Amino acid sequence: MTIVKLFLIGSLVTSAFLVNAQKYTTVSSSISFFSDAAIEDIKAENTKALSIFNVSTGDVAFSIPIKDFEFEKSLMKEHFNEKYMETEKYPKATFQGKVTGYSSSLTEEQIVTATGKLTIHGVTKDVILSGSLTFSEEKIEAKSSFKIALADYKIKIPQLLWQNIAEEVEVSLNFIYKPI
Amino acid sequence: MKIVLSFFLITFYTLGIAQDDLLGELEKSEKLTSEFTTATFKGTRLINGQTIETKSKGELEFIFAHRFGKVSDGIYELFGLDQAFVRLGLEYGLTDRLGVGFGRNSVDKTMDGYLRYKLLRQQSGAKSFPVSITGFGNMAVRTSPRKQDADFDITLEDRIAYTSQLLIARKFSSSFSLQLMPTFLHKNTVDGSIETNDQFALGIGGRIKVSRSIALTSEYYYRINVPESNPYYNSLGFGIDIETGGHVFQLVMSNAQGLTERAFLTETTSDFFAGEIHFGFNVTRTFQLKRQERGN
Repeated sequence: MTIVKLFLIGSLVTSAFLVNAQKYTTVSSSISFFSDAAIEDIKAENTKALSIFNVSTGDVAFSIPIKDFEFEKSLMKEHFNEKYMETEKYPKATFQGKVTGYSSSLTEEQIVTATGKLTIHGVTKDVILSGSLTFSEEKIEAKSSFKIALADYKIKIPQLLWQNIAEEVEVSLNFIYKPI
Repeated sequence: MKIVLSFFLITFYTLGIAQDDLLGELEKSEKLTSEFTTATFKGTRLINGQTIETKSKGELEFIFAHRFGKVSDGIYELFGLDQAFVRLGLEYGLTDRLGVGFGRNSVDKTMDGYLRYKLLRQQSGAKSFPVSITGFGNMAVRTSPRKQDADFDITLEDRIAYTSQLLIARKFSSSFSLQLMPTFLHKNTVDGSIETNDQFALGIGGRIKVSRSIALTSEYYYRINVPESNPYYNSLGFGIDIETGGHVFQLVMSNAQGLTERAFLTETTSDFFAGEIHFGFNVTRTFQLKRQERGN
């Protein structure tokens, strides 16, 4: 019995160390999106997103608080939260998945893909995001940009406003990670 | 054998958790922040009166409001549409909490100027507060009748009235907001046989959102110290708010025709329940004069 207990504790401790040693978390982040429409371009930026990246397994997750997108016009921010994203109901956009195609020993920028589940406005979709990773001493920089079709995530645009908002928006992510 | 098995099981189990719960870990590392409640109402006006909302810093709002004649006047007056009173107004956000505005209403040819300040803001999260409270104060000058038309020697002082209001609102949910409006109004000169210089009223109003862009609103002002000989009615109104981009359209039905506090609070001559209802609308357009600084 004591041997079992010892093993239990031993394996718990080792696996915890193993996992922690490979995990990186964001020290800074920037998410922006851009909607290119006939009358008015709309862009917003968010620096409050968080992410965790496990370098040894490639597992990655990020979480973006919707209310922290900042716009040029304060009315845009109000409409974005109240009418389109329904932020009170769906406060976050999240992603959980796996990054493949990198080697943590290389220092130049590497093109990678992340496969996983992206949740926006309460709707979860399987997606493949392409981006890049740059490893340097004690720091990893991740970048990605992709397009989101609003209809895929059930984000409705009122008819009267169709000319104000594009049906697809371009999203850019930028994370800088350090070990936990 | 058992021991080896449990070792593997445990290792896989813990590794498994580590893989699956990155999002859970993120959640744990998030700090609990507090959030101010936004968009308790769509505009700075509920029906005729004010809401707790102020314009954000650098925003200029143009308000064009219209009240027609009485529906009960019938087909000859096209249910009141032949007659119309207008208020043109501007409101500007000096800061996110302090607003200044002025306007002119064709009822009694009244000019009004006002300030409003968000004293307390409803918030939730780490720090929470249940209501938003805005202080509102205005001064209105009725420029009608002209000196030569008046039946007594009228001075500028006689023409002035002041309003002080506390607007207390709570957004109970994204679709339901309620507001109370204790109000004090002072008129420099009154007909002492029907009213007093100092008048008190308590207003109640609210909105129910029926879709993302449409809300139903209502507002009622109960006057507290009304002499028995007073011929006026308490003002009551119902409306529909329709929001499209930078515009808010408010279609209203009210027994009041005036659009300054003095006029609709203390001099409403129509009886809502006798069908003496005035149709009208408020149309607002917001312009962003100064760009928001990016939050970093």
